[in-house]
Amino acid sequence: MSNYTRRDLLKTLGAATVAAATPASALWTNMAHAADAKYQVTPEKGAKLRVLRWKRFVQGDEDLWNANTKKFTEKTGIEVRVDNEGWEDVRPKAAVAANVGSGPDIIVGWFDDPHQYPDKLHDLTPLANYLGAKYGGWYDICKRYGTRDNKWIALPLGIVGNLLVYRESHVKAAGFDGVPKDLDGFLKLCKGMKAKGTPAGLALGHAVGDGNDWVHWLLWAHGGKMVDEKGNVVINSPETVAALDYIRELYPTFVPGTLSWQDPHNNAAFLAGQCSMTNNGISIYYAAKNSTDPKLKEMAADIGHAHFPIGPVGKTTEFMQITQAMLFKYSKFPNAAKEYLRFMWEQEQFNPWLEASIGYVSQPLKAYEKNPVWTVDPKHTPFRDVAQGLMDNGHAYKLGAASAGVMADYILIDMMAEAASGQQTSKAAAERAQKRAERYYKI
Amino acid sequence: MSLSRLLENRNFLGFLFMLPAAALLLVFLTYPLGLGTWLGFTDAKIGRAGVWVGLENYIYLFGDQVARLSLFNTVFYTAVATTVKFALGLWLALLLNKNLPFKSFIRAVILLPYIVPTALSALAFWWIYDTQFSIVSWGLVRLGLIDHYIDFLGDPWLARASVIVANIWRGIPFVAICLLAGLQTISPSYYEAAVLDGATPWQMFRYITLPLLTPIIAVVMTFSILFTFTDFQLIYVLTRGGPLNATHLMATLSFQRAIPGGALGEGAALATAMVPFLLAAILFSYFGLQRRAWQQ
Repeated sequence: MSNYTRRDLLKTLGAATVAAATPASALWTNMAHAADAKYQVTPEKGAKLRVLRWKRFVQGDEDLWNANTKKFTEKTGIEVRVDNEGWEDVRPKAAVAANVGSGPDIIVGWFDDPHQYPDKLHDLTPLANYLGAKYGGWYDICKRYGTRDNKWIALPLGIVGNLLVYRESHVKAAGFDGVPKDLDGFLKLCKGMKAKGTPAGLALGHAVGDGNDWVHWLLWAHGGKMVDEKGNVVINSPETVAALDYIRELYPTFVPGTLSWQDPHNNAAFLAGQCSMTNNGISIYYAAKNSTDPKLKEMAADIGHAHFPIGPVGKTTEFMQITQAMLFKYSKFPNAAKEYLRFMWEQEQFNPWLEASIGYVSQPLKAYEKNPVWTVDPKHTPFRDVAQGLMDNGHAYKLGAASAGVMADYILIDMMAEAASGQQTSKAAAERAQKRAERYYKI
Repeated sequence: MSLSRLLENRNFLGFLFMLPAAALLLVFLTYPLGLGTWLGFTDAKIGRAGVWVGLENYIYLFGDQVARLSLFNTVFYTAVATTVKFALGLWLALLLNKNLPFKSFIRAVILLPYIVPTALSALAFWWIYDTQFSIVSWGLVRLGLIDHYIDFLGDPWLARASVIVANIWRGIPFVAICLLAGLQTISPSYYEAAVLDGATPWQMFRYITLPLLTPIIAVVMTFSILFTFTDFQLIYVLTRGGPLNATHLMATLSFQRAIPGGALGEGAALATAMVPFLLAAILFSYFGLQRRAWQQ
């Protein structure tokens, strides 16, 4: 608890007493019921902040983020410099900052970043509890990624939705009314689409976002997992083999070249009409909708978004990118930084920002489901609910260096690609992945 | 000895003047190299200092299928690319050494691929090799030579070939221009004498050009091998090591493991493992090729 400011501590203890529970469990459970959520820290005098975040996918995000930041500076007199970096470059930068102990006060990073260096981060529990209580609570997935040992070590900012994007008319032509909810139906749909000359295509190259998102879903949908609850690698399992057998049937229905696809490839192929179903954020729809080309405008009207089918495990097993803000202990102005985070996550700032992000990012707090961006266009609505059924890449064990390493080394994508292309049998591909993953979970 | 006397001592002065350069080398060359080598013997992770684990990283990498594949890829990539770059570069240099119209203009143009930042030219190749939009596939389909688009970066061997071609395209100018400089230092009188003796062009090349060019070739090839062996940007932009790790080079895999993957120690070990290969390449081209030049 030494990292709390005195005030934080008093507030938390106060809330806990009100809830008549032990302080430890009160940290993020009971606090959510506190009716009059209060949180206050006093920024240090003369504080100046540096924030590093990923470069926007859509201009409105950056504009509103900067406008909100400016508002914060005007209100508090705290100068904030916001730097933007390509989204994949933030991870190494954050890791280096953690390692050398200097850098931006706040870094808005990805996935399990905070779990790789939890002891370098400030405890944000009081702030997260306050926000959770005020805004309808955090989604479970946000707790999974944001907390460690019941302490919030990062503040989830949102989820970059990743759903099936498809051409409604092409799905219809293949004999289906929307994307089926089960794996068998999904395979039949892909076969039908291939037969009609309008194939699907999901990335199997080293595509950090699109590739990882769908292969995790497919593995989990079959009940396979990288590790069990105790951290033993169990990827070489009958469930995994079932998933690999499935992908061997699925892959031939894809448009050629998906083994080489990186993140932007499917967008380009879809917009060019070469691929009629893929997995992606809302960006494909927006590119079509905002295009001046009448053909693309027409395509926009034909685009549908659907959640991934549910496999034998009987529940949603989706996987998407989560982004969260970390406050590093080396920061000279932790209270100012906390105040900045609070300010940015409050509805007066968060709602306009979420709206300006036009569906690229989905809310981490349930109250923001009411944001008009989700209903202004019915094609946005599926992205509203992306946080609900998400699983984390550490499943079923703790997040940490091992889960991050396994994903960064593309072990799952490689395994799927090996099986899909027929380079390895399903069994051999699973064995190879097992061997590679064991290395990461050994330490 | 007083300070003024000391400052008049030539040896001491020489030492003093060398200090800045030595400090620069020490700080920016020796220290990072030493640190990298040391990290390779630890289990350092990002955000956590490592402890000494001896050869564990190397033992693991030796048994790791992806690391072994990357070693094969790197050696294959370097061998094929540098050989072709040398052959084509030499040919180009010989052509440019002839009296051509607009000689200096052409020489400047030849350098273009080398001047364009790799990341940028890699992006161009990214489109050239794209499965859906490849201009090459498009052209061939239009010509009726093939009926479907070529999966340049989706098939392991095709992908290897594709990245090698991109590397060759980029590397030729360096080889050609350096060899051209070497060619120009060869005195024309040798060729005149050879012509009088009735030598064929091949004999002139074999017995005059090649021996006199060898020292330059040694230097150029050393650099060429070093650049190719440690190539990173091209692969990172084009394939990220895919498909199925078929184009992962040791440099790209080292980055993938160390920075996004967080396994600093293992990444460092992988990078350090490149050093013996590089040293061998340097020693080979230096001693193998240069000694012959002295013997002439």
